[in-house]
Amino acid sequence: MKVLVPVKRVIDANVKIRIKADNAGVETTNVKMSMNPFDEVAVEEAIRLREAGTAQEVIAVSLGVARCQETIRTALAMGADRGILVETDVELEPLAVAKLLQAVVEKEKPDLVIMGKQAIDGDCNQTGQMLAALLGWAQGTFISKLAIGQGTAEVTREIDGGLEMLSLKMPAVVTVDLRLNEPRYASLPNIMKARKKPLERLLPEELGVDVAPRLVTLKVEEPPKRQAGVKVANVAELVDKLRNEAKVI
Amino acid sequence: MAVLVVAEHDNTEIKPATLNTVTAAGQIGGELAILVVGHNCRPVAEAAAKIAGVGRVLLADQPHLEHHLAENVAPLVASLARDYSHVLAPATTYGKNVMPRVAADLDVAQISDISGIESADTFIRPIYAGNALAVVQSRDSIKLITVRGTAFDAAPAEGGSAAVESVPDTGDQGLSRFVKQDLSVSERPELTTAHIVISGGRGMGSGENFALLETIADKLGAAVGASRAAVDAGFVPNDYQVGQTGKIVAPDLYIAVGISGAIQHLAGMKDSKVIVAINKDEEAPIFQIADYGLAADLFDVLPELAKELDK
Ligand SMILES: Cc1cc2nc3c(=O)[nH]c(=O)nc-3n(C[C@H](O)[C@H](O)[C@H](O)COP(=O)(O)OP(=O)(O)OC[C@H]3O[C@@H](n4cnc5c(N)ncnc54)[C@H](O)[C@@H]3O)c2cc1C
Ligand SMILES: Nc1ncnc2c1ncn2[C@@H]1O[C@H](COP(=O)(O)O)[C@@H](O)[C@H]1O
Repeated sequence: MKVLVPVKRVIDANVKIRIKADNAGVETTNVKMSMNPFDEVAVEEAIRLREAGTAQEVIAVSLGVARCQETIRTALAMGADRGILVETDVELEPLAVAKLLQAVVEKEKPDLVIMGKQAIDGDCNQTGQMLAALLGWAQGTFISKLAIGQGTAEVTREIDGGLEMLSLKMPAVVTVDLRLNEPRYASLPNIMKARKKPLERLLPEELGVDVAPRLVTLKVEEPPKRQAGVKVANVAELVDKLRNEAKVI
Repeated sequence: MAVLVVAEHDNTEIKPATLNTVTAAGQIGGELAILVVGHNCRPVAEAAAKIAGVGRVLLADQPHLEHHLAENVAPLVASLARDYSHVLAPATTYGKNVMPRVAADLDVAQISDISGIESADTFIRPIYAGNALAVVQSRDSIKLITVRGTAFDAAPAEGGSAAVESVPDTGDQGLSRFVKQDLSVSERPELTTAHIVISGGRGMGSGENFALLETIADKLGAAVGASRAAVDAGFVPNDYQVGQTGKIVAPDLYIAVGISGAIQHLAGMKDSKVIVAINKDEEAPIFQIADYGLAADLFDVLPELAKELDK
């Protein structure tokens, strides 16, 4: 079995973002970038499948600017076998990402695509579902458990009401929640080894995909700020404030 | 203009987020239709017909739609979508699962989790865990949208009298199979619609200690929520999680207990009307957004709070 893992380069989850002065977007120059946390979980899951002998090859794919190579190298250092960079300076929307990934899937013919449920920059939560639709494949979204059966993927999904178990016909696309596993750190020797692993570079034109955006971002603004309130001294004062000042209980 | 709202339901009842989505649809304007997809779900269609402002109800009632599998629901929605300028669904795990698949079928973008509508083609949506708001304009012929429930009031469930019509089926794709569901059962109000929410974090220490929160929740008629750390530690089930990658809530009163106030948690609750923070660390970031902060040990505070509420 071959597994494809798309990995996105995003502003690190611990960075406090800054909005550009002209409100055109969020500042990314000189900001720490990392692999989208959900994608780390996806990489980890794929490597575990290979370590268990269920998968034979794990391919990490990233789409975007040249420096997305760093994100791919991180995946390779964690244990992925090889990488593919689809390089473009266009800011890709989920539909364009899904179309590019579709082209990569048609080339590589993986049995399973494991990806993040959501990129923490755009918070779109779309790409996996779109990819599954374009391929005409089954989808298992927001999963916290994965087991490979006879030509099926058995998944547990985290839904608003609790959990849902589905059986997906393979090939399939799954999108992962953070609770699926605890991603490993890449060791220094593995980081060194990752430098020698193959990394192929492709262009959207070569894949025949039109990546023109469908949405125009008119502006990006600061959300309304919440003012800090008061500290209360004890429980009695708190309850009094809630009853008589805020009148919410 | 005509707007189609995809209803979320369990084949018996409409989920409240559908009503917020109807309000968003009303702000766009034009004729409003609701699509009910499921099995043995005519009562849902009849309830949908009564929602104020709804002009038509479309019903797709088929055995293979019973479990709302995205592979079967999406082609059905897509088959109807071309008659509409906008297709909306709640930004719940239901809408998030199905709608991008519809968007790909139609070759249009999806605009996720909108919190405001500027015009028929321009929408506001939070990005970066709500630390920025993007105003985006769509160039697509069909605007495919998921709606943040807390940003729109619920439409009145009564007052309409739309006709229910059946729509043609698009078949079973045979790609996935429902195995089972493990749903939380609770007598307490649902997290996203409750007027009061009390949430516990890692500071609760264990699942057993959540009983302290439940006692207070029951006195206040509140729902119980949690931070990701509390869920990841196994204190409570996943459906308790509030935050960027969990549920978005905006109750009249949100009480955060033993929660530090990471941006990913704030993303899910900072639009609450009144926020109370109980944390033993004076410096915890949660105090920066709390209307009322109590810097104390929760194991002292919670029993005392229970007593004080009885007074
Ligand atoms: C991609 C990503 C997505 C995420 N999504 C979410 C999300 O949706 N929701 C979410 O909540 N988090 C999310 N997180 C995690 C988030 O970053 C924080 O790690 C998490 O919110 C911390 O939870 P906490 O406040 O319960 O725990 P901690 O940060 O450990 O805080 C515990 C607090 O309890 C206090 N405390 C301890 N003992 C007591 C006591 N006896 N009395 C009073 N106070 C006490 C401590 O002072 C401390 O402030 C996400 C993280 C990432 C990377
Ligand atoms: N530019 C990208 N490169 C690689 N993977 C991506 C990219 N954009 C999105 N993805 C994948 O799609 C998932 C969901 O992203 P989104 O739909 O944008 O929230 C991410 O977790 C990644 O796995």
